Amino acid sequence: MLRATLKSLLARKLRLLLSGLAVVLGVMFVSGAFVLTDTLGRSFDAVFADAYADVDVNVAAKPKVELSEAEGEQVAAPVPASLVDRVKAVPGAADVRGVVAADGARLIGSNGKVVTSFGPPQLGENWLGEGDLVKLREGRGPQADDEIVVNAALAKAANVKVGDRVGVLTLSPKKEFTLVGVFGYSGGRDSVGGANEVAFTTPVAQQLMLGKPDVFSNVTARAGDGTTPEALRDEVSRALGGAYDVKTGEQLADSASAGLKEGLSFFNKILLGFAAVALLVGTFLILNTFSIIVAQRTRELALMRAIGASGRQVIGSVVLEAVAVGLIASAVGLAAGIGVGALLAYLFGKLAGGLALAGLGVPAAAVIGAFGVGMVITVVAALLPALRAARIPPIAAMQDVATPDRPLTKVTVGGAVVTTIGAVLLFLGLSGNAGDNTLATILGGVLFAFIGVALLTPVISRPVVSLLGAIFAWSVPGKLGRLNSGRNPRRTAITAAALMVGIALVTGVTVILDSAKSSISSLAEDTIKAELVISGASSGPRPASFDAAVLEKTAAIPGVRLVDGEYGDMATVGGKRTWVAASSDVAALQQIFGAKATAGDIGRLAPDQMLLSSDTAKSRNLSVGSTVPVQLSRGDARTYTVSGIYESSQLTNPVVLPPQAAADFAIPQPIQGFVQLDPGTSVAAVQPQVERLLADSPEVSVADRAAFIEQQTSQTDTLITMIQILLALAIVIAVLGIINTLALSVLERTRELGLLRAIGLRRAQTMRMITVEAVVISIFGALLGVVVGTGLGAAVVRALKDEGITDLVLPWGQMVTFLVLAAIIGVVAAVLPAIRAARINVLGAIAHD
Amino acid sequence: MTATVGRQAQAAARANDVWKVYGSGEAQVIALRGVSAEFERGRFTAIMGPSGSGKSTLMHCLAGLDSVTRGTVTIGETTVTGLNDSGLTKLRRDKVGFIFQQFNLLPTLTAHENIVLPLSIAGRKPDPAWYDTVIDTVGLRDRLGHRPAQLSGGQQQRVACARALVARPEVIFADEPTGNLDSRSGAEVLTFLRDSVREHGQTIVMVTHDPTAAAYADRVVFLADGQIVSELIEPTAETVLDTMKKLDTPVEVGN
Ligand SMILES: Nc1ncnc2c1ncn2[C@@H]1O[C@H](COP(=O)(O)OP(=O)(O)O)[C@@H](O)[C@H]1O
Ligand SMILES: [Mg+2]
Repeated sequence: MLRATLKSLLARKLRLLLSGLAVVLGVMFVSGAFVLTDTLGRSFDAVFADAYADVDVNVAAKPKVELSEAEGEQVAAPVPASLVDRVKAVPGAADVRGVVAADGARLIGSNGKVVTSFGPPQLGENWLGEGDLVKLREGRGPQADDEIVVNAALAKAANVKVGDRVGVLTLSPKKEFTLVGVFGYSGGRDSVGGANEVAFTTPVAQQLMLGKPDVFSNVTARAGDGTTPEALRDEVSRALGGAYDVKTGEQLADSASAGLKEGLSFFNKILLGFAAVALLVGTFLILNTFSIIVAQRTRELALMRAIGASGRQVIGSVVLEAVAVGLIASAVGLAAGIGVGALLAYLFGKLAGGLALAGLGVPAAAVIGAFGVGMVITVVAALLPALRAARIPPIAAMQDVATPDRPLTKVTVGGAVVTTIGAVLLFLGLSGNAGDNTLATILGGVLFAFIGVALLTPVISRPVVSLLGAIFAWSVPGKLGRLNSGRNPRRTAITAAALMVGIALVTGVTVILDSAKSSISSLAEDTIKAELVISGASSGPRPASFDAAVLEKTAAIPGVRLVDGEYGDMATVGGKRTWVAASSDVAALQQIFGAKATAGDIGRLAPDQMLLSSDTAKSRNLSVGSTVPVQLSRGDARTYTVSGIYESSQLTNPVVLPPQAAADFAIPQPIQGFVQLDPGTSVAAVQPQVERLLADSPEVSVADRAAFIEQQTSQTDTLITMIQILLALAIVIAVLGIINTLALSVLERTRELGLLRAIGLRRAQTMRMITVEAVVISIFGALLGVVVGTGLGAAVVRALKDEGITDLVLPWGQMVTFLVLAAIIGVVAAVLPAIRAARINVLGAIAHD
Repeated sequence: MTATVGRQAQAAARANDVWKVYGSGEAQVIALRGVSAEFERGRFTAIMGPSGSGKSTLMHCLAGLDSVTRGTVTIGETTVTGLNDSGLTKLRRDKVGFIFQQFNLLPTLTAHENIVLPLSIAGRKPDPAWYDTVIDTVGLRDRLGHRPAQLSGGQQQRVACARALVARPEVIFADEPTGNLDSRSGAEVLTFLRDSVREHGQTIVMVTHDPTAAAYADRVVFLADGQIVSELIEPTAETVLDTMKKLDTPVEVGN
């Protein structure tokens, strides 16, 4: 029995290949994700272990506002310079140094543009001389206040050399320095972990990076002879009385690395999400392949039953086949995944400015995940066909029984039930009734909806396919092709359903993002009454900013009526982390953003007063006159009195603080500027003047309102493209499914095709017949996908109405593209099966048993 | 010897007032109308009759491949009627062998693998002596490694015969085993079937509409319009043909 199964499996290896390919792709994503995160994780460990290699103990202040990696760079409060002497006094402490190191030193390259970095920080520091890690490559360390050195990676990226005058943006606006040296690191490296570094003299670093003299970011020490880092840490901690964070270098490296790994796990989840989509589509494909194979083996399986095989043995033989396919596909998928993981890690390393990669590793999770997922999916998908195989009566071995068309009632009822469950789950998730499980509920709802619709597809397919087919029915081959596609509704349906999933996801996501985009622009158009806007693309996690002096100079330009600079910071407001804004001119709230007061006065703001949005006031139970403690990124906590409340629908900032507060923001410079002109003033006349003022703020530019709105929404376009590319994979798998189904159908109809050829159907006509069948199936799938995707997208958009997504935009152009694409997919998918059908040997086919 | 005779006399398969009705209403077909018959152990019985007379239906019912509408069927001591799927599976596995008109070999397996397939499905090993005897009788020793596609029709059917014999079932059912063969290959297969009855005491029930084929049997049962209408012991091709001709006359059918 085992041998019979394996031999028949080998005989069908080509047919199983395509369905196996779907599993390979899904497994590749799963194992690739694990390999990538493992490799990068270990690389981060190595980077930080290295970065803190010459630090045994580190003393820093406790941060004022705790931020997660996703919310931006945490601003640690500085420590007083006197701390250096206190640490020096601790017995066993050697080589004690006051260190300035903060993100946000942005060098202006030789092309006049700010050197950008996505991910690794752009550190501004004080020059501490060479050491075990840092090695000067050229020149010398900075001695005068207008001298700097940079690391080799930054020198290369900025294309600057020793002796050049270079501009640097810090907490202060652009300042010019002379580059007096370039340094690298032990082992000939240009950077540690891709970070760009600018080193100043200590007083300059203190002023520019920390905002005041005589403070350091942290103090480091090495353990002297006879003591260990741990012992020294405890010693220092005791001496300082618990007011500071005292850690060993190793602890510091671990926590820094852990922070980045958290970001990686998010990336991991995205990859696993796409793996899930690929596998869902793959499941349809495997189900179909095995169903067709079982149908084609009816006679063989009936024979087995006639000569004594039990139903269970028949199930076993089909499942065994699935196990073999799953095993091979998982192994190939794992190998491909290791390749993909390595490639992505390499690209990530490049993108992150030359992160030195740790050796490629294959974690156990990748292997377990690959085989677990691959095997389970294949076997589960094959189970249904296996059960059907067991129901083949032995008498089928003796008769040429045309398998009767089984009624679709059961499938349809099942489909309706599953679709309803999906709809209910979606409703629960989207209406926010699912509590903590909202995301899981929504995803479950989408999954159920897909499976339910897939089950309903056979019923839908009859009328729709015959309607679609009518388009091609003008020629004999067209007519035959149309009849063929309607002949086995289940097979057509599952093949189309696989395509549906991919297209529905792309359509749904597009509906949501297009709607969001349109809502954002119409909101901006409705609310922002500024003719010119100063803003910029960020160079890394921190938003672009510009010199506050530009605001005053702009206000002096003739024809300018009102200028407002917007500041922002993540702060702790009344014990809760909240985004706070500050406007350089509070009057702008009403005049530019159209804010309406619901209580108090929002036209004025004293240095100890704050404004709240009506939502914030309501949820925190605050009213005019309430006092609220606020801790900003820098400085001490202060108490503000609520002096006014504005409508949330007009202005979405939860909290507005007076301009004076901005000095204690992590970025004490404006990040956006809004310019309102006098009526009748030409925008074109003012814009170049503002542009000139921004010469020293290369991160930002001035745009008119329409261009600004376009900039704001352009990110959604990138996002849509990225998602479409990733989901295209699901569509590719579905195409494999169409090819597979057609190939199997051609094989099954060898005799019939031979007969048609014998009575005079030409080769080209045969190929046209197969092509029509493929096109009908794929257009049907795309049509379903567009409809289901639009439904899902519209449901999500409706649910987000309260979040500000008020417009529902249906991407009609996109949908038409999908249908055209589907027709092309059909033609492409039909190529191989059609050639095969056309090549059928007429005589052999008629004799074929 | 007496014991053997006693066993011989016992029926290997028996139909007792078997009715088989297909469909209902307008499309109703009564394929069998109260057929009662016994098929003795160690004998070669042929079921003859014109096309559509119910021969195959009777055989399917006897073998437990199809359910009967009324009446009972027994094989050996087992009452087939009313067995569930696992009972029927066990019956087919242990007591029944089949030979089909279309040979029905698995194309991916060699001749040898096809022959031992029923045993490997049952998880048994072939008795080597009996296996050798079967192979030599069918004359396939030099073809065991071939696949069906590399064998002639006659050879394929001999593989199918060997497959039925090797498990030593209580009874072998053969439905038109020579229907797809030329007369020479047909004669070879029939000779071989008769020999296995004579020399090894195998019980065989064969459905055929060919008088020459029926002449190889020890006994012929004639079926017309779903009923047993006549019987011949030790038939020759001529006596069978004569009986058939009489049956073809409408007056006789009425009897
Ligand atoms: N599955 C079936 N459904 C309906 N009618 C059947 C079926 N099988 C056989 N019949 C009918 O039963 C009668 C006997 O058929 P069969 O036993 O195959 O005849 P034979 O083998 O003698 O040629 C015929 O009239 C045939 O049409
Ligand atoms: Mg028949």
